[in-house]
This record gives sequence, structure tokens and C-alpha cells, in this order.
Amino acid sequence: MIDLENVAYSYGGGELLSDISLKLAPGSFHFLTGPSGSGKTTLMKLCYGALLPTAGQVKLFDADVRGLTRDDVALLRRRVGVVHQDCQFLDHLPVSENIALPLHVSGRSAEAGGEDLDDLMHWVGLTERANALPPELSGGERQRAALARAVIMSPDVILADEPTGNVDWDMSQRLLRLLIELNRMGKTVLVATHDLSLIRATKAHVQARVLRIANRRIQLAGADL
Amino acid sequence: MKGVVAFLERAFHSDSQADRVVPPSGFTAQLTLFAAGAMAFLAVFALALSLAAGRLADQWGEELARSATIRIAAPADQQQAQTNAALRILETTRGVAQARALTDEEQAALLAPWFGATLELDTLPVPRLIEVIETAEGMDAAGLRLRLAAEVPGAVLDDHSRWRAPLVKAASRLKTLGWLAIILIASVTAAMVTLAANAALAANAQVIAVLRLVGAIDDYIAHAFIRRFTLRALIGAAVGMVLGMIAVLLLPSGGDETASFLTGLGFQGIHWLYPLLIPPLAAGVAFLATRLAARRTLEGLT
Repeated sequence: MIDLENVAYSYGGGELLSDISLKLAPGSFHFLTGPSGSGKTTLMKLCYGALLPTAGQVKLFDADVRGLTRDDVALLRRRVGVVHQDCQFLDHLPVSENIALPLHVSGRSAEAGGEDLDDLMHWVGLTERANALPPELSGGERQRAALARAVIMSPDVILADEPTGNVDWDMSQRLLRLLIELNRMGKTVLVATHDLSLIRATKAHVQARVLRIANRRIQLAGADL
Repeated sequence: MKGVVAFLERAFHSDSQADRVVPPSGFTAQLTLFAAGAMAFLAVFALALSLAAGRLADQWGEELARSATIRIAAPADQQQAQTNAALRILETTRGVAQARALTDEEQAALLAPWFGATLELDTLPVPRLIEVIETAEGMDAAGLRLRLAAEVPGAVLDDHSRWRAPLVKAASRLKTLGWLAIILIASVTAAMVTLAANAALAANAQVIAVLRLVGAIDDYIAHAFIRRFTLRALIGAAVGMVLGMIAVLLLPSGGDETASFLTGLGFQGIHWLYPLLIPPLAAGVAFLATRLAARRTLEGLT
């Protein structure tokens, strides 16, 4: 699905990431961890075409990102659901319309009013908040709304960058459970987090691999967790 | 051609959801409407000026260029003979389509403003006038003068060209200036819409980022802005055009045919339809300006 080969990335100064090779197989569940500033977000951005590698090759769904046009990248994002730590919405539209936004922009507005949206809203526990505006939501509600928006197109891959960064322990457990459910439905999931206890708590429920960024490189962290 | 049609359909197809993704902006929207209206209003006048000046240039150019006058001032007993001689010369002159001596009644009518209608022409030594209508190629005025001088000593040819030329030149220059004003108005409209669109794009950076993240292609994002500005320019220009046409309609008209340029300012006949082109043109200008601005902004994003 997502295939990085000897990828390096630099923001101008020295390299932030070097020699990264990573393969996300369909249906896999990966954690990405590492200290702040180690390049977790940068690696995530490489995975959905927001950044181009300065060296090496990134293949998304078997297509080299360097060969993609801007619109190709846009179409690709309909197959990749992204959740950010500080998720942004269209602040003038109610939550339900924000969650349905990917359907609208891809010309599937007809499905936006259907049962699927109601089910999804119920699944993330936002049914009661459907008509609220995004600025009125709490941190946990925003994260769940962002997750719902990321999965409404039924993407093959879900990338979540610190999805539990702004929420308390219970809420982060709840969010992780939603991600585990998605993984059981066959979605590929990659979660970046610096919270090791969250990783431990999750590993009891799903067979997850943990990738750690250290010294600009990525390594498989195994038994020590 | 098919591509263009599809493109226009997509551009103007009303997608209420797509229009809603960009938050409403009250004040700048009204400014765009106002500016488009004001520009259309000015464009109506520039158009009226241009068309009126063009009309005058054509009229003067055509009428005066094709006509000349020969004045026969001779002793009363020779006048008829000299007139006939002049007419004979004219018959054999190349470039003369038609020549005829004015009748006494016509001459009296011409003089009436000065001497009153009751004047008996016979009592005055009034010169005889011959009206000469030229063909499209025109005649050789200098040659004709020489022949007249040889055979009709009392004849004076006045081909109007001395005072005609600068007037026609001024009128056509005025017409050019009018068109230049219209082009400037269109450019200013484009500049104004570009500024407004850039402001809107900058103010909505977060909206654009969100749309891009959820998989909106550039066309979708751009058209949300393009539709908005095109529509504003169209509505503003339509209102401005209507007001401009009413103002032109209310201009005093009349006066006789030599009448002044000022009372002739306005539209005539089919020209009344020309201003109707202003709103679609303004919309087209706004469309292109917004499209360029949106493309530039979007290409700077990941």
C-alpha cells in the first residue's frame, strides 16, 4: 500500500530522516514512535504525498509520488484518511457537514445525507453534536470528528498523527478502540504517538508492530515494549 | 469546443455545497459588487462617447467628403450662361456623380435665416450655387478649379476640405479614446477582482488546506472562489449598466443636425444593445482574474 525505499528528507539543514525503508502491508497495524522532533509528522506527510522525499522513493498504491500531479495527489487522499493532532475543520459549517465533506468534494454528495453518515456519527459518539460548529467542540470531540471525516470515504489506509495528543486517558483509549475496529475491518492503520503506555494498552487487543525513529533512522521495536 | 462547453458547465453549474465551503464574506462582497457596478456605469458612458464620436466622424467624413459647392458670382446677364457652362464642365469631370444648380426657392430657404422669408431674391445679386456630389473615388479638385478658371471666370469651387479634415480627425481620435477608456475600465476591473480574490484566498487559507486534505482537486477549490467572484461581477455590472443606460436615456437630446456633439451623445438604434454586453464581459474578466489568482495560490500549496 505504502512503500518507502531508502527515503531521506531534509528541510534544508541536515537530514531529518535518512535511509528509511518501510512497507505498510494491507490490513497491518503500525505504531510510529520516537521523541518530539524526531520526524514522526514528516514521515506521516511523506506517506500521504504532502511532502516529497529529498532522496529515495515513495510509492503510494504502487505509484511513485514524484510522478503524481497535484490532482493525482488529491485523488489519492480520498483513499487515505488522515487525522492530525490539531485537526482543522471548516469552522462555519456544522460538524455533520464537516464529516461529510470528503463525499461532497469527490462528487458523492448524494450519499452525504444517508444512513451511513448517521451510523458513523453514532459510532464516534457525536450524534448529539451533529449541528454544533467545530469551534464549539471539546478536544476529544474534535479528534473523533476528524477520525469520522477520515474514514467516511472508506479509505484503504488511515494515518493518525498524535490523535490522542489533546485528550485524556479515557478518551485516548476510546479513540484507539475505534482505530482497532477499523483495522479489524481490514484497514491499514499507522498511528504516530509518543505515548508508550497507550501502545502497551493497545497491543493487548491487536497485533501491532511498533516502529521507532531514532538517530534519523527507523527501527522495529519489539520485545522491549 | 466540447472541452470549452464542459468547462463552462462545470464553472457555472450551481453546486450549493461547493459554494458553501467558502465562508460568506459580507463587506468585501459588497465592495466587489460596488466596484463592478461603478465600472460598468463608466463603461456605458465611454461606450456612448465612442459610438457618438464614431457616428459623427462617419457622418461628417462621408457627407462632406462627397459634396462640394460651386459658387457662380457673375453679372446678372451672364449668370445663367456661366451656370450652364459650369454644369457642362461638371458633366465631363471624372469623379462627379451628380451636379445641379440650386433653385431660387432653395437659395431663398438658405438665406431666410439672415434676411427673413419675405425676401425677393430678384432684387439682390445673389450668386448661384451648384451642388456637386462626388462618387466614391472623389474628384480632382485642383484640376476642376483650373478648368473652371479657364471657362467660367465667375466660378469658385469650395470642396469643404479645408475645415472638414480637422473635425473628422478630432472625432475619430475621440472615438479611439473612448475605446481606450473601455479597455482601461476592463483592466481596472481585472485588477480589482484579482486583489479581492487574493484577499479572499489568503483569508481562507485554512479552508483551502482542509479541502486539500480531504481530497478536493484544484478545480473544485478554485471554482468555489471563481463562481463567487464571477457572480458578483455579473450582478454588480448589470446594475451599473442599467443605471448607466438610464442616465444616458435622460440626457437631453435634440437640436438640429449640425447640432452639437453634446446633444448627440447617446445610443442610436442597434447601439442600444451594445451596453448589454458589459455585464457578461465583466463576468468574463472576473472569471479569468479569479482563476489566475486561485491557480497561483493553489500551486504554492502541497
